[in-house]
Amino acid sequence: MRRVILSIVGTVAGLVALLSFKSHLPSVPSASAATSGSAGTSSAGSPASSASASSSSSTVPGEFPQGSLAGKLAAGETAVNGDVATTVYGPVQIQLIMSNRKIVKVAVLQQPQNTIRDIQIGEFAFPKLISETLTAQDAKVDAVSGASYTSAGYIKSLQSAVDNGG
Amino acid sequence: MGTVVSFDVPAFTADALGRAVRWLHWVDATFSTYREDSDVSRYGRGAVSLAECAPELTVVLDACRAVGAASGGYFTATPGGRFDPSGYVKGWAIERAAAMLTAAGSAEHSVNGGGDVQCVGDRGPGQLWRIGIADPLRSGTLALVVTGRDFAVATSGVAERGSHIIDPHTGQPATELASVTVVGSGLTLTDAYATTAFAMGPAARDWVESLDGYEAFAITARGTYWQTSGFGAYLP
Repeated sequence: MRRVILSIVGTVAGLVALLSFKSHLPSVPSASAATSGSAGTSSAGSPASSASASSSSSTVPGEFPQGSLAGKLAAGETAVNGDVATTVYGPVQIQLIMSNRKIVKVAVLQQPQNTIRDIQIGEFAFPKLISETLTAQDAKVDAVSGASYTSAGYIKSLQSAVDNGG
Repeated sequence: MGTVVSFDVPAFTADALGRAVRWLHWVDATFSTYREDSDVSRYGRGAVSLAECAPELTVVLDACRAVGAASGGYFTATPGGRFDPSGYVKGWAIERAAAMLTAAGSAEHSVNGGGDVQCVGDRGPGQLWRIGIADPLRSGTLALVVTGRDFAVATSGVAERGSHIIDPHTGQPATELASVTVVGSGLTLTDAYATTAFAMGPAARDWVESLDGYEAFAITARGTYWQTSGFGAYLP
């Protein structure tokens, strides 16, 4: 079963969506600058990863509904569709439901349909990276030997988490 | 190198830290196989002779040959047929960086290059350094913690960028072990031996046992583990 974890870093002008796929799918950080058509000056989503930390690598934080929520909006909500992001595994498109300039819901409009074989440990999903941070901090170690991180944006913060945590 | 290096140093070593960082950048510029204009890349494709390269390259090649001889050929500067002494260079560069900090007067510091760590002195008064070893079979967790002072820890395995460590005798990726951790006093050889041990697979245990001053802990692809007889000294 495929599960999608969505981490949103928002800016005023648009959206950068980072997507990673759990378990038997490769994790693909992909950035797509999506400018919303009508949302105009809607303000950003949370600046940091919204994937909640999980200490178990089998727990998936944040499953998001598939398919548009535009037909099920509550009062004051608007649907904002991001651009289609092209990843090596296929197209990805998300939809944000905004209310009062805040992101209240997220839906996935398009996600890759291909089944891809398991990938090497060298490719990490954010939840795995986050859980590694927790484990290293729990054990109060000064450094971790033997793992490698390919997510360039995460390398520094993970090591600094260990550096600071000890 | 594509490696993040992290320093844990006393505050007064700021200048020495700058020198150590410049050293690492120089090593990268000279030895990186990802840079077309590095000495390693140019020498590797036959564009220059050894004499035209930094003298350190000759030092590294001689050392690689020595480790190769000590390991029955399991350590090589030409893994998979292409010229790449990184298995020696990384540990050597980190150990040298740590030595620069020692020369600057620090008695307690550690330098960590992508998970290969050189620790100098204690962590603090009466405190040992604690190095977590990633579990190669359970991503995001630690398999164990090793503790020590004045020591180096290096781990080779599938947790690093996939099965990129080639068994020089078969030309195929080494697969018997999921990871092997070697502990010794200096990171240069500790790192080279970890790479070697991983390529050796089951034979690594006896080989590391035969080495004076080095201990190993390995996790097999099946999830079992072994350790050399002196490894217990590093367990908390």
